[in-house]
Amino acid sequence: MRLGKGGQIDRNQRIAFRFDGHRYEGFAGDTLASALLANGQRLLARSFKYHRPRGVLTAGSEEPNALVTIGQGGAQEPNVRATVQELHEGLEARSQNAWPSLELDLLAVNDLAAPFLAAGFYYKTFMWPRAFWEKLYEPLIRRAAGLGALSVQNNEDRYERVFAHCDLLVIGAGPAGLMAALTAARAGADVILCDEDTRTGGRLNAETHEVAGQPGADWAASVTAELEAMPNVRVLTRTTVTGAYDQGTYGALERLALGVAARKGAPREAFWRIVARRAVLAAGALERPVAFRNNDRPGVMMAGALRAYVNRWAVSPGRAVTVFGNNDDAHRTAADLLAAGVHVAALIDSRADAVTDLDIPFFKGGQVCDAHGRKGLEAISIATTSGIEKIRTDCLAMSGGWNPTVHLTCHMNGRPTWNAGLASFVPTPGAIPGLVTAGACNGTMSTHGCLAEGARVAAEVLGDLGMKAPDVALPQAEDAPYRITPLWTVPGKGRAWLDFQNDVTVKDVKQAAVENFRSVEHMKRYTTQGMATDQGKNSNVAALAVLADATGRGIPETGTTTFRPPYVPVSIAAMGAGAQGAGFAPQRFTTSHRASVAAGAPMIEAGLWYRPGYFPKDGETTWRQSCDREVGMVRNAVGVCDVSTLGKIDIKGPGAAALLDFVYTNMFSTLPEGRVRYGLMLREDGHVMDDGTTARLGPDHFVMTTTTAAAGQVMKHLEFAQQALRPDLDVSICSVTEHWAQFAVAGPKARDLLNGLLDSPIDDAAWPFMACGPVALQGVAGRLFRISFSGEHAYEVAVPARYGDSLFRLLVSCAEALGGGAYGLEALNVLRIEKGFITHAEIHGRTTAFDIGMQKMLSAKKDFIGKAAAARPGLVDPDREQLVGLKPVGAVKQLTAGAHLFDRDAPATRENDQGYVTSVGFSPTLETFLGLAFLKQGRTRHGEVIRMVDHLRGVETLCEVCDPVFFDPEGGRARG
Amino acid sequence: MRITCPICGERDRREFYYQGDAVALRRPEVDDTPEEWDAYLHLRDNPAGVTRDLWYHETGCGAWLVVTRNTVTHEVLGSVLARDAAGGAA
Repeated sequence: MRLGKGGQIDRNQRIAFRFDGHRYEGFAGDTLASALLANGQRLLARSFKYHRPRGVLTAGSEEPNALVTIGQGGAQEPNVRATVQELHEGLEARSQNAWPSLELDLLAVNDLAAPFLAAGFYYKTFMWPRAFWEKLYEPLIRRAAGLGALSVQNNEDRYERVFAHCDLLVIGAGPAGLMAALTAARAGADVILCDEDTRTGGRLNAETHEVAGQPGADWAASVTAELEAMPNVRVLTRTTVTGAYDQGTYGALERLALGVAARKGAPREAFWRIVARRAVLAAGALERPVAFRNNDRPGVMMAGALRAYVNRWAVSPGRAVTVFGNNDDAHRTAADLLAAGVHVAALIDSRADAVTDLDIPFFKGGQVCDAHGRKGLEAISIATTSGIEKIRTDCLAMSGGWNPTVHLTCHMNGRPTWNAGLASFVPTPGAIPGLVTAGACNGTMSTHGCLAEGARVAAEVLGDLGMKAPDVALPQAEDAPYRITPLWTVPGKGRAWLDFQNDVTVKDVKQAAVENFRSVEHMKRYTTQGMATDQGKNSNVAALAVLADATGRGIPETGTTTFRPPYVPVSIAAMGAGAQGAGFAPQRFTTSHRASVAAGAPMIEAGLWYRPGYFPKDGETTWRQSCDREVGMVRNAVGVCDVSTLGKIDIKGPGAAALLDFVYTNMFSTLPEGRVRYGLMLREDGHVMDDGTTARLGPDHFVMTTTTAAAGQVMKHLEFAQQALRPDLDVSICSVTEHWAQFAVAGPKARDLLNGLLDSPIDDAAWPFMACGPVALQGVAGRLFRISFSGEHAYEVAVPARYGDSLFRLLVSCAEALGGGAYGLEALNVLRIEKGFITHAEIHGRTTAFDIGMQKMLSAKKDFIGKAAAARPGLVDPDREQLVGLKPVGAVKQLTAGAHLFDRDAPATRENDQGYVTSVGFSPTLETFLGLAFLKQGRTRHGEVIRMVDHLRGVETLCEVCDPVFFDPEGGRARG
Repeated sequence: MRITCPICGERDRREFYYQGDAVALRRPEVDDTPEEWDAYLHLRDNPAGVTRDLWYHETGCGAWLVVTRNTVTHEVLGSVLARDAAGGAA
């Protein structure tokens, strides 16, 4: 019910919203929870396991009960805490985990079955038969238990990522955080101040305290205004710091203000990664419940939350309110209620020596032992020295004391320290390097104490940063002592709730102890205490106390479980912002990309690159038709193919040749200028890393090519070899992959084509096979390499990338005039299989030079990376699988990559495995399928007929083993 | 996590590629015993405490670094260029 006056709401701005289809009205400044309470709606949710009716327990992000679903379709968001959901026009919220409805939830039958559903029930019950678990038990349990559901539709909303740096990150903008930020900001430090609330002030917004002679909220607003006006300060409200990470890195989730998020294209949330030289944690404290029978009834809430609803939102959650506590906050709550004109039916203080001067029914040393009413509180029972007394009430405020918000200090494995005076855990200093704690999260409970501590720690931090702390006057504020006598549970029959979100009761924790799950970590997992999305923010300490009591130990000896990031749930969409769709991986395009796409070529991913598969011509209906034509074009006329994606590494310096000798198995120092050599590169463990050609352009200048896939790896490898293993060599290495556009021109008419474009024509004498050098193409300085990956008379021509597009178009049109044209990856693959040339399908990381038949390339005259390991007997064992060619010889003509090889008459089982197929293609040149494969003792088995079996595709083919070079084994075509 | 590159300054660890123990700097001679090569290639300690690892400033300057850090506290204690570490007491 809304109070007639007060609160930080704008009563001139009415906002209509819906909950479970019913229309309600609230005011600007309301949360969904405050607006629903103002409308008298106490039942908001059903609990996780027992489907118990639940209402609002808190007024912040720690809320375990009031979880709702908002939005529709892809934008649907489950498990939104009503206590932090800002009210906005048209907001539609729905209850969840209830069937058929919140009011009539048939699954509440679980509550009646509670005696059978206690801790460990699932472990004990659903053991047998084993097969039933996945098919029957788990789906059933999942349907009954749970939170809200995802829409399973694509979320169209935008999420953003932000990176930020600062001198000081202040986490929490209550009195301590504001003073810390103000002190540091006035000293000129670069400050980021984060608070998860929509406004700064923290508890000052919820209390009636004055600061500097004005209402606390007004003081907070004036300090915030000063901070926001300073260029060195960023004030981020609606921003929860979710995690503390190594070296001063923090994660933070910003929910954008409604007005901003509603703009077209604006993000809904932003995930910040903040690197701070220092941080002040001023996250406040969270109030904890007292466990008594039925303490989860709607209408029972935290005393601090009740004060927030009364003071900040001008809402009284009840007409006859009772207050129960073990500390002075209970009295403060009763006083605030009276001041707001709310009827207080009773004040119950469990401390035997409590006194009050409030004119209300007072139960000194009393304990609330039961709550009555099912979907809403109707009455409470109070145990007093003279017996049980029942009082009618529709709202009970409880306070079991305050737990400092130590969570972030545990994120790097720190454990908090027990403070007996506060009956709470407090942060252990130094738990997060560079982070200090201040205010209530440090166990300092008065407003004055918080203000003073915030200023003090900021001055210390400024000293660390070499800055001078300014004089900041400390404003006047209350400095009442925090007096508490611990009360964790009220003895008695029935179930008393600890963890509201996971439905864990006092009994469950005791049961865990009885079954010898005495370690706090075991108790947690056995009962699921603290394992819900709220991480047990308001229940862990009380559960520890119950466990300590049940096991006859103190709380410090019992220990505590830890807290892990994130402090509040973070959507995957926010955490992965920017990495969806095209943002998942960058796309690399060659200079011929547009021309290829325009020619209708389907583009194939090759690492991050996109390369044309084939270039379809009119009348061609399958890729094979295009591929066969392109292969024929290269074999009989001339083809053009963009090979720019191959890695190109420029190597210069007096030590260049020596470095190449070290990284390649074969010699490069003997390579003459103007010549290219094929090189094989091993990893230090003796396996093949990569292959490619390297050209010597000058005495101290080489250009290495790598395979497309291994370009990055080879670059890294060269840098390592040079910097770490041969720092004595004077050589510099630079990737120039993207600087040059490079095209293969291959086929009998390749030279004719080039001579039509080159400023000076070339001939065999000056440009034999494996020659290289500078050329000019219509005035553009380029490079020409006479190398061949097709087995034909071929060249690769390179020009600076800005000429790539025009050169490609020119080459293709010249090729077409000679009866050729562009060819794609499919034809390139067939051409190289015909010649038995390997790719990373063959050098996949587990093959050696011996396996691929290149053991003769391992130079005996020098050391090179991988030399020692490659000589190990196991890597040159004749029984190893060796590279062979395969040709189908039976009725079935198909070969498939990935298929395995077996002796002709042996069963196709793992034990009989003789090898596997790595590459296949249909050769139009030889009019048959060809395959490259690794076969045990393969080089000695040429001519043998074996069986290829592809269990996956159901293909079985008889093949003849042969040399991997199927076409032109003498190599006359490339040399001629 | 933040790592200081001696050339570029303090950077986010996303800019770096992790390689493994800096023992890789102590490459045996080609004719050293198989046991020495085995140790170099395969045997690694897994200390709870101070380690020296190789990191590559892949999206930065391309420098290989030896980073000293503590696997228990996650402290980064220092970093030097592998080029310098290789010349000295690697």
